[in-house]
Amino acid sequence: MIRANWQRGVCYLSLGAAVFLLLLPLPPALLPLRPWWPALVLLYWVLEAPQYIGLGTAFVTGLSADVLAGALLGDQALRLVVIAFLAQRFRARLRFFPMPQQAATVLLLLLNDCLLRWLIRAFAGMSAPSALAWISPMVGALAWPFVFLVLDGLRARARAREP
Amino acid sequence: MALSRDGSPGWSASAAGGTLRLAGYLLLAGALMMLDRHNAWLPRLRSSGDMVVQPLWRLAGAPAQWFEDARVRLTSQAALRSENAKLRDALLLANVRIARMRALVRQNDQLKRLLDAAEMLRMQGQLARVIDIDLDPNHGRIVINRGARQGVRVGQPVVDSHGVMGQVMEVLPDTAVVLLITDPSGALPVTDARSGVRALAYGSGRGERLELPNLPINADVRVGDELLSSGLGGRFPSGFPVALVTALAPDRSDSYLRAEARPLAHLNRSDHVLLLRDLAEPFGPPAPATTAGPPGALVRPAAAVSAQAPPSQPGGAP
Repeated sequence: MIRANWQRGVCYLSLGAAVFLLLLPLPPALLPLRPWWPALVLLYWVLEAPQYIGLGTAFVTGLSADVLAGALLGDQALRLVVIAFLAQRFRARLRFFPMPQQAATVLLLLLNDCLLRWLIRAFAGMSAPSALAWISPMVGALAWPFVFLVLDGLRARARAREP
Repeated sequence: MALSRDGSPGWSASAAGGTLRLAGYLLLAGALMMLDRHNAWLPRLRSSGDMVVQPLWRLAGAPAQWFEDARVRLTSQAALRSENAKLRDALLLANVRIARMRALVRQNDQLKRLLDAAEMLRMQGQLARVIDIDLDPNHGRIVINRGARQGVRVGQPVVDSHGVMGQVMEVLPDTAVVLLITDPSGALPVTDARSGVRALAYGSGRGERLELPNLPINADVRVGDELLSSGLGGRFPSGFPVALVTALAPDRSDSYLRAEARPLAHLNRSDHVLLLRDLAEPFGPPAPATTAGPPGALVRPAAAVSAQAPPSQPGGAP
């Protein structure tokens, strides 16, 4: 149990940190470029340690992000669940992709998410997000290798602590 | 099937189960969104949730605060000094502006009181500004910025918000010279507001002082009495405050009283003055009876003149 707990702790902590990162103030010009951190972190954990994380975790993460952002409740939850589901579905293939290909897949997933977001906003009767919002997936894909490396390092360290 | 192939320990969801759970979560999220969008109780729940969220928000805002603090701390002293100088300049400017505003408020007050005076006396007035104070003790004169083009005429009384100042002596196209009541060459018929004693106030030519040189020895005048313009002579409106009696002494010959008075008008402080147009109740001899004059067309000009008088004075009916 201890063995699982270290990694599990890192997993949840990193998810919380990702949600928290969304709150950090940025210059307004950079706001649309901000990658959707929770999605990246969630993707990593779904790919590397699916035993800790499922649709439920994705849902709760998204919900807490919604609450924190004061946005439409359930919006990010739904999108994260979709991403987690897709990642689970193609996990076996994704895991063994080389990094550039993995990043491209992440880009696809995030673009799909953008489309979903646009749909949700349309259904909720909110104004469509700005065109710049489509850049965010690119930034996310570019950030993916680094997120992957950082989380991998953290996980390795957590594993080393386990007896 | 993809899921069954990865074979990680503790992971036993079939593809069908995964899809079912996905559908469940999607439904849940959709329901939440609907409720959030269209219902009233969820926002209330959220507002209570915000209480929990608020510390987190503050925490998230903290880095920006730290950056700001660090920036302030790292700003070089030179930058601070220049900023300080700039701020000091701004402060000076602001102070000057405040002082100006205060002056404007004072001026506004004064103007309002002036207009009130005109209203009280049912008089037409014209505001004017003192251009150049020429209070040479030997001839108390001021120049105002209204002249013939603005309809100023010689003889118009000039008052400020406190009392009679003088009368227009000379009219230029755009300015006029006002003879103050303190000028030694002027005299003003006054009455004592308390006792009604009538007298003539002469300018002393020595600062702000009026002299009443030949009061009867038994005249009922006391120090502190207010002197009003009597309106005799028809130049000044009656009942307008002129001066306060400040000293009273018998003449050298002991047959007259000699009084000194301080003008109530702020002769050397007034910035705005009021030129009075019409007398509310002209005193002095009644208008000449028009019936006595030659009849017919020759009377017309006189009638036209009397028609200009205010209605309180019945114009001479032919």
